Amino acid sequence: MAKKPRIKVPKSAKKGEQIQIKTLISHKMETGRRKGKDGKLIPRMIINNFSCKFGGKEVFSADMYPAIAANPYFAFYVTVDKSGTFEFAWTDDKGKTVTASKDIAVT
Amino acid sequence: MKRTIIRVTVAVGASVLLAACVAAAPKEKTALEKRLEDPRVKNYIVGEKMTGYVFATAATRTVQDDDFENPAFLWVDIGEENWSKVDGAAGKSCASCHGDAPDSMKGVGATYPKYSGETKKLMALQHRINWERENRMKAKPWKWESDEMLGMTAYVKLQSRGMPVNVKIDGPAKPFYEAGKKFYNQRRGMLDMACANCHVDYPATMIRSNLLSQGMPNGFPTYRLKWQKVGSLHRRFRGCNKQVRAAPYKQGTDEYTNLELFLMDRARDLPMETPSVRM
Ligand code: HEC
Ligand code: HEC
Repeated sequence: MAKKPRIKVPKSAKKGEQIQIKTLISHKMETGRRKGKDGKLIPRMIINNFSCKFGGKEVFSADMYPAIAANPYFAFYVTVDKSGTFEFAWTDDKGKTVTASKDIAVT
Repeated sequence: MKRTIIRVTVAVGASVLLAACVAAAPKEKTALEKRLEDPRVKNYIVGEKMTGYVFATAATRTVQDDDFENPAFLWVDIGEENWSKVDGAAGKSCASCHGDAPDSMKGVGATYPKYSGETKKLMALQHRINWERENRMKAKPWKWESDEMLGMTAYVKLQSRGMPVNVKIDGPAKPFYEAGKKFYNQRRGMLDMACANCHVDYPATMIRSNLLSQGMPNGFPTYRLKWQKVGSLHRRFRGCNKQVRAAPYKQGTDEYTNLELFLMDRARDLPMETPSVRM
């Protein structure tokens, strides 16, 4: 069963305020260095990029490598000037992208 | 002659000084003493009993303390979603009969495993959940270690978080408890060790890179960093059996359910901690 990513963005903020965003997604982050029961290497399968856009513009992104543990967690800060939508995207080695979004009201 | 006296005086003086230094040198703290300096651990100690939270590292405790950072909540979310999802031929969800879980399931998780007069069996919460699915919803049972079962078990037990463990071990539950107790103290495996030989005899000592705990069950299902996922208490039993090179039982067997009852009684009065985070 696919688990939905967990995202924490404040519902509202003051103009110019620095807000914290937290995200957590379920992924096994298979390193490509482990062997299966048959002795063969289990192919690498990780989320290799995470990005966060605000109003269509990228405000945070990260490339990931096999040393990142399963279920990657990010916490970062963004300064917001106007109301809008955060768009989150996690892309894996097969090119599959999971997306999610959250709105914020800025006063 | 005079010289000798001086020399002796110097020597005695030096050794007195040395002795004073040895006495004043701070004694190195044990790993447990260091853990106990963290004010957060006090809620996880009742008398002599301590949960695995106390033995965990500060970093692991921090991950557990924040419901957002704690990855076990990815599974709790699955449980919450399935709580109100209609499944099976009866066209019902858990919520159809039980309403909101935070009200109807409050305290329930702290009382399992529980003897059921209906089935004449000792049931772990997982057995109960599948019984509800099969008999009241006419839905397929979930596998013990599936995300669905782990999620629902964690979601139901979360509704008892902070409440004291409180299982019944008298009346019809007594024979199951006695069987669990026997299992706990029985030596087994190539290393010929009982559960008690580690978790009663040696807690707070290092076993390889682990600080050995009292082996308490109150935080399960747990997110284990080594597993990189949530796992059941019976999965942990399998691991602890294999560690002493004993043949493990299957999750959900009578042996492990009895053992779970014994352990929950051992943890009596400690707060429910599900979903915990451990190494
Ligand atoms: C058709 C109605 C119905 C449905 C659907 C149903 N239950 Fe129940 N459930 C009951 C009744 C009735 C009881 C018995 C209440 C009692 O004994 O106090 C019960 C008892 C329980 C108990 C034991 C409570 C205790 O105190 O030991 C648990 C746990 C439970 N249900 C969980 C679930 C879950 C999880 C689901 C969904 C997978 C579910 N139930 C679906 C009606 C239902
Ligand atoms: C060789 C020593 C050893 C034996 C024997 C052993 N365990 Fe463990 N057990 C460990 C170690 C090491 C850990 C991981 C560190 C810790 O939490 O103590 C552990 C962890 C646990 C935990 C998890 C505690 C938590 O807070 O998450 C439980 C529960 C447990 N053991 C139960 C048992 C039971 C039941 C048995 C008997 C079937 C048993 N153990 C036998 C070494 C042992």
